[in-house]
Amino acid sequence: MIRALLVIASLLACAPVRAQEAQPLVADLSKHLVAITTGFVGTEVLLFGAVDGPGDVVVVVRGPPRPEVVRRKERVGGIWVNTGRADLAAVPAYYRVAATRPLPELAPPAVLERHRIGLEHLDLEPVLADKGAGAAEYRQALIRLKRDRGLWAAETREVSSLGNRLFRTDLHFPANVPTGTYSVEVYLLRGGEVVSAQTTPLIVSKIGLGAELYHFAHEHGAAYGIMAIALAGAAGWLAATAFRKG
Amino acid sequence: MQIYLPIAELSVNVFLILGLGAGVGFMSGLFGVGGGFLMTPLLIFLGVPAAVAVGTEANQIVASSVSGVLAHWRRGNVDVRMGLILTAGGFVGSSFGVWLFRLLRGMGQIDLTIKLSYVVFLGVIGGLMLVEGIDALRRGRRPSGTPRRKLHQHRWVHGLPLKMRFRRSKLYISAVLPAAVGLVVGVLAAIMGVGGGFVMVPAMIYLLGMPTQVVVGTSLFQIIFVTANATFLQATLNQTVDVVLALLLLLGGVIGAQFGARAGARLKGEQLRVLLAAMVLAVAIGLLLDLVLTPENPYTLGGARP
Repeated sequence: MIRALLVIASLLACAPVRAQEAQPLVADLSKHLVAITTGFVGTEVLLFGAVDGPGDVVVVVRGPPRPEVVRRKERVGGIWVNTGRADLAAVPAYYRVAATRPLPELAPPAVLERHRIGLEHLDLEPVLADKGAGAAEYRQALIRLKRDRGLWAAETREVSSLGNRLFRTDLHFPANVPTGTYSVEVYLLRGGEVVSAQTTPLIVSKIGLGAELYHFAHEHGAAYGIMAIALAGAAGWLAATAFRKG
Repeated sequence: MQIYLPIAELSVNVFLILGLGAGVGFMSGLFGVGGGFLMTPLLIFLGVPAAVAVGTEANQIVASSVSGVLAHWRRGNVDVRMGLILTAGGFVGSSFGVWLFRLLRGMGQIDLTIKLSYVVFLGVIGGLMLVEGIDALRRGRRPSGTPRRKLHQHRWVHGLPLKMRFRRSKLYISAVLPAAVGLVVGVLAAIMGVGGGFVMVPAMIYLLGMPTQVVVGTSLFQIIFVTANATFLQATLNQTVDVVLALLLLLGGVIGAQFGARAGARLKGEQLRVLLAAMVLAVAIGLLLDLVLTPENPYTLGGARP
């Protein structure tokens, strides 16, 4: 109680200074770690924050950038065969946008382009090895494939605001969410321009038995293989003996 | 109840996987086949990456062959010498197969190779079994008056060097032949994620001329080693063996196989063969349609190279 009073007092004391120094935008997440446990079925993370006056808030969730390969099938002698490919160096493993208003109303395309807000403004430059299709087709195909897997969303989720000061939105992470370090970017826009921005990291990581198995499999492949064979052999032997008596 | 598969990196329903294991186990108990040729396509259909499906299925087959071979071992239906020579070929074949798998995966042609191998091998073997099964069913109605066949035909294969005596199989043939059979089936096992029993058994009967009663036991015996080798190599080279998935599958599979074996005892051999042939052909045709029909989306995500 005394502590709370002190905080209020100190806030009042520096109120005149604060008006100039205060950040126009503060935001945080309800948790900074999404733990993929054995029973993981997806989760919600609450993003909340405050702004210093009217304006629009845009939230972008970007997964870790990864190299990606898109392949195109063509009919060769009656069957469909992969004939073309495109390599992309850094594709966000996950992508979601939430905003207080639809994106086109918020800012001109040039601004959205600069901050990579919205699927059509992502920096996707495929290196082609295909004579039958161009970069635009591959870009559209990648967006469709990522959307089908629920990793990218074309729809803009809603950021709800309270009295032009507080805002909040729920960030949903599905069961197949890729692991890695995410960045959650929050932008404050006024008159179609970004006036403030803040980036918060979010870790998505496997936890527990699943994580240990994954690391074991990737770091000690040979030992993992032997363990898998031993397990299978033991299980088979157990089954044969159990049902022989039964 | 959902469970997260650490290697496949997806969340699946436990009961769906157990049920799948039980269903395929029932078939394998009923028909006396490994069931890999059914399980691998089904796993891919469920969304498990093809590479993980193949690696994990190899691991599961280790378990089902160990459990299957013990019964044959007790009855003395395993020709160990023949099994070891088949295994020697199988080791070379499956090692080459895993390497080829990795190469084709990098080229983006692994899905096509898996599907094409399934269509060709299941199509040919299913077709042959169907014809023979229907023939046998028809003949079964008439009293059998066919003269006793010779143990096996003597052909060019008997001129090959390195002759060996296989007492259990009552054979005196060149070791080159079983080694070659083992090699080819080993490649298939690694690429298709199967034990290869459906290729091995006909090859042993028709190519090597082995007596039917030792064929299944000996085939299971060598499948253990070949799939163990494939599991080991897939785990070390490609990291595509999901033990959680394998354990769930074999738990369901073990129970299913017991019920299948009991149900199988009530059906006639010829009827079983026709049923199995129909099922093998159905899988082949399904995969063929997949290759021939215009896909909904001609683009696929290849996944980055490891």
